[in-house]
This record gives sequence, structure tokens and C-alpha cells, in this order.
Amino acid sequence: MSEILHDTALIDIHRALGARLIDFGGWQMPVQYTSILEEHRAVRERAGLFDLSHMGELFVEGDDAGDALAAALITDPRTLAVGRAQYSMICAPDGGVIDDLIVYRLGPERFLVVANASNAPVVSEELARRLAGWRAVLDDRSLATSLVAIQGPAAAGVLGPLTDVDLAGLRYYAIAEGHVAGIPALVARTGYTGEDGFEVFVDWARGPEIWTALAEAGKSANVIACGLGARDTLRLEAGMPLYGNELDRATNPFDAGLGRVVKLEKPGDFVGREALARVARDGPAKRLVGLTITGRGIARHGYPVLAGERRTGIVTSGTHSPTLGRPIAMAYVAPGDAEPGTILAVEVREQPVSAEVVPLPFYKRATPAT
Amino acid sequence: MVPADLRYTKDHEWVRVDGDTATIGVTDFAANQLGDVVFVDLPSVGKSVDQFATFGVVESVKAVSDLYAPLSGEVVEVNGDLGGAPELVNSDPFGGGWMIRVRVSDAAQVDGLLDAAAYERLTSEA
Repeated sequence: MSEILHDTALIDIHRALGARLIDFGGWQMPVQYTSILEEHRAVRERAGLFDLSHMGELFVEGDDAGDALAAALITDPRTLAVGRAQYSMICAPDGGVIDDLIVYRLGPERFLVVANASNAPVVSEELARRLAGWRAVLDDRSLATSLVAIQGPAAAGVLGPLTDVDLAGLRYYAIAEGHVAGIPALVARTGYTGEDGFEVFVDWARGPEIWTALAEAGKSANVIACGLGARDTLRLEAGMPLYGNELDRATNPFDAGLGRVVKLEKPGDFVGREALARVARDGPAKRLVGLTITGRGIARHGYPVLAGERRTGIVTSGTHSPTLGRPIAMAYVAPGDAEPGTILAVEVREQPVSAEVVPLPFYKRATPAT
Repeated sequence: MVPADLRYTKDHEWVRVDGDTATIGVTDFAANQLGDVVFVDLPSVGKSVDQFATFGVVESVKAVSDLYAPLSGEVVEVNGDLGGAPELVNSDPFGGGWMIRVRVSDAAQVDGLLDAAAYERLTSEA
């Protein structure tokens, strides 16, 4: 493990804004600026600005790039139109998740793979190994890229006037090359908040300029800086998995309810195919569910889940939902306890607190993505 | 500046002693460190609490923190407002955000607590 604590190019801006900084995945990152609740609400109601420069950006290019990625990942990036993106994962031969990813197709044989910060070095190494023998090369630009996201219903209105990318024509899970505030950028309509929003990739050194331009443009709409604390509550309400919580090496995509992501029928073999085909046939050993806590208490990561006296699973993520105003959680439980409406309990400080299995996500925005 | 008439623990609780009754809460420093408080778990009336032992839990969006009793005694009142409005811990930590009142069992325990000046020193070093 690396001992170095990285700073993003925006560290001075975070400090000036009075951010509370934490070590996250080997990076010194803002967890909150003012209040997680305020930042969360800003994204649901207006828009929030996030520094996501800790994420890993891996560019894969070459005549075989599509075939090589199809063999390395559980999805089939060859089916993407240029300018579109897909949610994907890289799995171990036993089907365990090494990381969840977004794959963007930038050109006929040019892809951008975005990995989680804490996994980026591992994914980079593993992907490079899996590309060996293919006419495809990996360019790890994680430390050369700044990534700033603007997320929320007001995002398009703030970003629009700053960019030559046609945002009206940019669909959800699409990406385009252009400029933002005159700076060469990749603009993607993706995010991790359950809201409409954009992720803007630029050269490392241009990060502060992009941030400042978006912050200035967003002032009148009361767009505020948001930290990883709000990012976590936003993604949890949206039912999105977080690596290290819902996903890890001991979990396969079917466990996480993401079996649809696995393209077992795609042409060619891929790492994990045999194991995942077996899970698809036999069913997963555990199931990821949403819980609303109906008793007094907040379920947190690692708390046991009970079905009567029997321990049925474990909470992977839990918090007080700012939007719903009540505690929510995601948990792995035995398949027989996963049906919505099932009454379970979460053990909170040795006391059972009642909880009900509910469908995910907890929150869905009113205007669906196109 | 923290109120001069209160005593403090190094775990950032405050106590106001009034005769044999003590009112207990957490300081503005603690509230600020916690972030938005969304849940407070307190003992019920009639329970006894022991000095420097945990008597409850305060949870923010992000974190769970134990509460430590500045003094030993029996709980005689619990701030019911915190059930519906836990944010009082952030907005008014020394007032409406108070947590419990106890009947003090050993008044001499107060001598083991920090005064305002000592507590200020502690938090300014933090």
C-alpha cells in the first residue's frame, strides 16, 4: 500500500473554503465545507460542486481496445456507440468485484475507464496485465487529470453558458470533447448523486480554473461546494453501491443485484465468466436490500441484521437520509429475507431496532434521465 | 468563549450544577466536530449514570459518538425536544441542546472537572 497522501490540484481552494479534510483512498479530500445536510440539500434542490480528482482515469487505446476491454471487464464496451458510457466492473476469476467502473467510448478504439480512487492503482495494474497480448495500450492519467463535477437540477443551466458542448444533445451516460471556460475538457453527463449532472475532466493543472469558473457561474443559482460526506448520503439515497461497502472481492455482481451488468452472452471469453455463469444459474448466496429503520436508531456499516433471533446479514451503508428525514441503510441478507415488506431488525449497540426491507433506490428524481 | 459558570470534561461535555441537580450537554466544540446531529440516544428517567462512563450516544450524519457523564447520579429529566429536533445540539449546545438532568450523588466529583479557562485551553490546543 502506498503511504503517500495525495493532494488534488484544488487543495488550496478547499482550504480557503474552510473544508474539513480527511484521508480517503490515499487522498486528502474535503468531507464537508459547511454542513453535510446543507450540501446534500443543495444538490437535490439546486446544484453542488464536487472535486473528484481522486478518481482514477485510465485511457485504453489501440486496434484491439474494444475486444481487450470486453475480455477484461464483465460488460461489452464494443456495444457502446462513440460518445456513450456504461457502468461496468472488473472482476477476479472467482467473480469477486475488484472495482466498479464507468467506461466511456471516446472513439472507435479509444476508451476512458474511470475507477475508484482507492482501487485505481490496483485496477491500473490489473488492466495493464489483462491487455497484454492485445493491440491496446493503457495510459494511466489519474495523476494528470482533474475531475470536477456539478450535480443537481441547476447543473445544466450553470454549465451551459460556459461550454461549447451541446448539453441539450448530451444524453445521460454520454460524453463529449469540447471546452469549458475555454479549457479543453471532456464533459460527461454522469454522476453519483441521483440527480442530473456533469463530470468535467481536464488536465491536472486546469482544475482550479474549471472549479472557479463553475463556482462563479453558479453563484446566482446558489451552487455550493460539496464534500464526500454529502456525496455518500446522496449516492446512498440513490441506491448506488460504494466499493468497500456494498462491493468487494468477496461479493459478485449478482449479490449486489447488478446481475444485469454482466454480459455472459457477449462474444469471447472474459475474466470471471465461468464463476459468474455459475452464480447466474444457481442464484447468489446473499442479496443486497434497502432497509428503512422503523425503530429508534441509525443503522451503520458493519451492524448485524437479524431475522427474529437468526442473524441474516450485515449492514453495508447506513445513515440518516436528509431527503426522507429518517434512517436508511443498505444491507446484505439471506436470499429468503430479501423480499420488500420483510420485517427485520438491525442490532444497534446490542439492541434490536426494527427495520423493513424496501425496494431500492430510496430516492428517484422527479424528471427521469433521458 | 464557553460559558464561565459551567464545568467541563475533556470529552467535551458540560455540566451546570444547581444545588443537587446537574444539567448535562455537549459543548459547541463537540457539536462543531460532530457536524449535523441527527439522533441522540439518552438514558431514561430513573437510570443512574457514573462519572466518566458513557450515558448515551450522539449521532451526526457521518459519525457516532459516545457521551460521557461529567458526574454520577440518577437521571431525573431528559430533554424530550431532542427526539424531534436533534439539531438543537448544533444550534444551541449550551441551551436548548441540553441532554439530561441528574440528581448528583457526590458533589465532590465536581472538583475533578475542568473550569472554563482550562477547557478553553484544551480546545485551543486541539
